[in-house]
Amino acid sequence: MQSNATLEYDYTIAKLYMWTAVIFGIVGMTIGVLIASQLAFPDLNYLFGEYGTFSRLRPMHTNVVIYGFTVSGIFSTFYYVSQRVLKVSMGESKLLMGLGKLQFGLYLIAATGMVVSLAMGITASKEYAQMEWPLDALIVVIWVIWGVIMFGLIGLRREKTLYISLWYYIATFLGVAMLYLFNNAEVPTIFFSGGLGAWYHSVSMYAGTNDALVQWWWGHNAVAFVFTVPIIAIIYYFLPKESGQAIYSYKLSLLSFWGLMFVYLWAGGHHLLWSTVPDWMQTMGSVFSVILILPSWGSAINMLLTMKGEWNQLTKNPLVKFMVLASTFYMLSTLEGPIQAVKSVNAIAHFTDWIPGHVHDGVLGWVAFMIFAAIMHMAPRVFKREIYSKSLLESQFWIQTIGVVLYFTSMWIAGITQGMMWRAVDEYGNLVYSFIDTVSVLHPYYALRALGGLLYLIGMFMFAYNFFKTATAGRRLEQEPRYRSPMA
Amino acid sequence: MVTTVEIEQLRIYMYVIGTALAVGIFYYYIIYLYRSEKKGDKDYEKYSNLALDDELDSKILEKNPKIENDKKE
Repeated sequence: MQSNATLEYDYTIAKLYMWTAVIFGIVGMTIGVLIASQLAFPDLNYLFGEYGTFSRLRPMHTNVVIYGFTVSGIFSTFYYVSQRVLKVSMGESKLLMGLGKLQFGLYLIAATGMVVSLAMGITASKEYAQMEWPLDALIVVIWVIWGVIMFGLIGLRREKTLYISLWYYIATFLGVAMLYLFNNAEVPTIFFSGGLGAWYHSVSMYAGTNDALVQWWWGHNAVAFVFTVPIIAIIYYFLPKESGQAIYSYKLSLLSFWGLMFVYLWAGGHHLLWSTVPDWMQTMGSVFSVILILPSWGSAINMLLTMKGEWNQLTKNPLVKFMVLASTFYMLSTLEGPIQAVKSVNAIAHFTDWIPGHVHDGVLGWVAFMIFAAIMHMAPRVFKREIYSKSLLESQFWIQTIGVVLYFTSMWIAGITQGMMWRAVDEYGNLVYSFIDTVSVLHPYYALRALGGLLYLIGMFMFAYNFFKTATAGRRLEQEPRYRSPMA
Repeated sequence: MVTTVEIEQLRIYMYVIGTALAVGIFYYYIIYLYRSEKKGDKDYEKYSNLALDDELDSKILEKNPKIENDKKE
């Protein structure tokens, strides 16, 4: 390795992913607001012909926010955090640097392919796994390269001990690798049909209930290993660093890690309650979902206690505000999920709007808030410039918080109303309501949800502007800030 | 010939034993963490500083023995 006399951390790749996170955030959330509005005002389905229908746009929304915005956020933080906690620069290895650039290039190709193919209606028809086999294969390559870089950096590290965030990044890598391969096991039809059909089409290796099981083993663990595990990696680094406070209990972080790893993998069955999968498996899904509260709250409480004695920072530093509220939303979301996974509650909640309500208090309040805070913490360090506007960040925080609250409260009411109406029977056992009755009743809540989404999107644009101005016009910094990020 | 009922029973036993084992391992891990700190073998809490002192020229907490740390000491 080189001498560190002139050595600096190399943020080239981190920066690239920060930009894609911002761009995909805008794209994914704009589509989200459009489809939320379509549910309230169906005429909006006809804006762009076949390309603008709800069915075409919904998978595009989920895929862009998950694999575009969130994964970019995860990669950007990884390329930033891993160097720092291992005390090794990417610039020390030409191989790792080259692989990093290759990974980003392939990621861009895959992400563009994803958006184009989904816009054209090409889909494998599996939730959160709609991409067809050529893109799946490309993603495996991208993931393997990430693994090589991760373990390459670990191999070069100067610090013997891996900081807890690294544990979570490793778990993200391994968890997604295993689940992705199993769930996307598919047969390209053209090779077995005598050349019939399109070259990009495939069918799943599994059939019926088995397919559903593997699908939700993946589906739920996409939530685990994309929306939870790497975001915990992010908060375990950025909250202590931004606040200058050491983690409240490092031992608790280790315990929560192993608890989460063991329990999360078994919870996916709760997506298939009251379906054709074996009863014991449904019960196992419910039980493990409830136990999941412990490791989840272990991490969240650890984060909140990290601020012990330093709560005044909450009023002074908007980034701490974002992260503390993110922990709180993580607690809310990880309590709500297990409640929905209880079989009797699920009998009402299943297929209703309470489910997207739950998903969104997690992703908007926890995942995206953490990515915003992490990107804004990194920005002054990687661009060597002050954050452009503190007041813009403050306004973004409040506008988006109101947006999230409007989103999940409207969906709670809508979901429970829907569940109760679907089950309502008269004295002869006949259903009291038809489906369209529920749609009419839910209209105001759908409109409220769209409004909540719109507020969140406005906040996203404010963030993008603030980020762009920070990168290009923020006051230049002579020295890297140690803890609190400087902002104008 | 193993009957369906026997498979079902086996599954229940495995489920209970597996869960008990996992709980046991988990509690042992808690005891292990606290005991090794009490005996002075380990100090887990110091690793929190890895996030705070993360400059390339920050003092290295525990040197990676496999890497020659050139001028880092």
